[in-house]
Amino acid sequence: MKIDVERLLIQFQDEDGVVLGSPFDVPLDITPEKLQLVCNSLLMKEEPVPFAFFARGEAEVVSSLGSCVKAIGVETEQVLPVVYQPQAVFRVRAVSRCTSTLQGHTEAVISTAFSPTGKYLASGSGDTTVRFWDLSTETPHHTARGHTHWVLSIAWSPDGKKLASGCKNSQICLWDPVTGAQIGKTLTGHTKWITWLCWEPLHLNPECRYLASTSKDGSVRIWDTALGRCDKILTGHTQSVTCVKWGGDGLLYTSSHDRTVKVWRAKDGVQCRTLQGHAHWVNTLALSTDYVLRTGAFEPSPARTPLQHSGFVPQGSNPERLVSGSDDFTLFLWNPAADKKPLARMTGHSALVNEVLFSPDTRLLASASFDKSVKIWDGRTGKYLMSLRGHVGSVYQVAWSADSRLLVSGSSDSTLKVWDVKTGKLSIDLPGHADEVYAVDWSPDGQRVASGGKDKCLRIWRR
Amino acid sequence: MPQNEHIELHRKRHGYRLDHHERKRKKESREAHERSHKAKKLIGLKAKLYHKQRHAEKIQMKKTIKMHEQRKTKQKNDDKTPEGAVPAYLLDREGQSRAKVLSNMIKQKRKEKAGKWEVPLPKVRAQGETEVLKVIKTGKRQKKAWKRMVTKVCFVGDGFTRKPPKYERFIRPMGLRFKKAHVTHPELKATFCLPILGVKKNPSSPLYTSLGVITKGTVIEVNVSELGLVTQGGKVIWGKYAQVTNNPENDGCINAVLLV
Repeated sequence: MKIDVERLLIQFQDEDGVVLGSPFDVPLDITPEKLQLVCNSLLMKEEPVPFAFFARGEAEVVSSLGSCVKAIGVETEQVLPVVYQPQAVFRVRAVSRCTSTLQGHTEAVISTAFSPTGKYLASGSGDTTVRFWDLSTETPHHTARGHTHWVLSIAWSPDGKKLASGCKNSQICLWDPVTGAQIGKTLTGHTKWITWLCWEPLHLNPECRYLASTSKDGSVRIWDTALGRCDKILTGHTQSVTCVKWGGDGLLYTSSHDRTVKVWRAKDGVQCRTLQGHAHWVNTLALSTDYVLRTGAFEPSPARTPLQHSGFVPQGSNPERLVSGSDDFTLFLWNPAADKKPLARMTGHSALVNEVLFSPDTRLLASASFDKSVKIWDGRTGKYLMSLRGHVGSVYQVAWSADSRLLVSGSSDSTLKVWDVKTGKLSIDLPGHADEVYAVDWSPDGQRVASGGKDKCLRIWRR
Repeated sequence: MPQNEHIELHRKRHGYRLDHHERKRKKESREAHERSHKAKKLIGLKAKLYHKQRHAEKIQMKKTIKMHEQRKTKQKNDDKTPEGAVPAYLLDREGQSRAKVLSNMIKQKRKEKAGKWEVPLPKVRAQGETEVLKVIKTGKRQKKAWKRMVTKVCFVGDGFTRKPPKYERFIRPMGLRFKKAHVTHPELKATFCLPILGVKKNPSSPLYTSLGVITKGTVIEVNVSELGLVTQGGKVIWGKYAQVTNNPENDGCINAVLLV
């Protein structure tokens, strides 16, 4: 005799609360795969998209609906809202081996970045050169000489045709990755070293003309790279400015050692808001639209989730969110375009927070701190999700894979670790560097991870 | 008239010798020759001492000359870039060498065991009772001397009420009572005016701690809710210790440095 399985009324909802279809009842032993089939047919998609389901928005349905319901203790009489989240269609595989050690720098490698297409790799170092590397053969391509001191920060233009680099002597140079030659003349103007560079997003200006730079002297300069001169100077911070991000709707966000984050209008250079709340230096900023602005112009894989492109319209359901990490061991989640008060304060680290980064689908937030742990938070509410422990030295930088499932972190204990965010466990440990790892980057096509450090080598890791 | 001014007095009264200035000038110009004569002709212990002194003098002179010369000529900056390149996020931070970290950890464990705590001013001059407390004479014939008045700055709590004047032994004058302190954060290098919560320890005597006397080196507790510090669990920190760094009774304000 067949035992009747209990049934439950569920209602599909998307992340913003919009209901899909009408409530219908399902047996309690239904699995996520079957739920996916139902959801796909309701949404009438041509290609099936993988989903993750969260009962009542909190607990994830892992094995079957029944176990999840028992865990959170829901009444079986009422309709249960089940939130569905589309996951990335493509899957990035974890990198597991070091395919090459690129030597060539004669001093520590300080910064490394893949171009938005993932075709070129650039690295800045303490020997005052910026080197371009050919990724298909994993050999040096060009060496760009022109700086007179350590190259502290590099930034690719959103169209991938130019690279800007800033040095400790407060000079900024532009390079062409194809020829390795300098474009235009050196931009001077800052009085102390350059801490961060950020280009104007592609959708605001397709010719990639304007570049924002911040320096220890407390000012932010917007440069016109076509004319080679400084367009605007934004002053207001009283101490060193640590980070600048150019938002999708023309607002500039800057963080500084004077414990504030300031919001500026990029068009006329007027300061809109000051976000206060931190008790010590603000080290880093992250925007939810960061990844989209970096890679939005290009399509590395044919089946990208449509969620990515909607980031260009920050108003409406998904306004641009800003996270700031500071020396006071906490992070703040802001909605800077709307109001001055933070959305959430995220505490838990026991040492200063060095870097924060939104995942490419903006649902998760990772924070790397000097207390040897990486913490994952919810990207919308700021709720603490999990801690990734394993490093034995301060974690310097993190990078997300393009499908938001994997995270790589580089630390002062000379190892990189790849973490699986779904389970919260270490996926692969990547030892190999001889000294501290200063910079980490994951290529936008998910194929490679590049890391550079104090041992003067740049290592490329692949599957 | 003081003993040592007779020469000046004579000069005031009678003026200089007629050839005084010329003789002075000539004597000074002979000094170089006399010095070189001495340097050549001295022998024995005196010579050794003299030469040693002269050698030191010459080194100093050479240094000052070199300094002046450097100021005059503008040197081109050294082309070689310094070693030890670090990324921008590590630039303003002092990195600790790994050996130092281990030895620091061991030292801290030992100190914790011994119960000693690190404060910015470890040793301060102990203030005696005669300095801090002034004897007040009372009574019909002003003979009783059991009352004392505090001559240093003190802190009394919010709900402080005096004991009946007939019975109070220690008088803390209202003019010397302070509620706020200027506290400097040692890392941020910023100073805030924060209300005092209480006196934790006065290094001179536990009696002063109980009275609330604030002198140089006293550890006080201040209300830091203004700064916005938060613990790991998310609770707001609202009290922290600070150590007083000036003599408040001389300056009229309490300057302290926060103990982080």
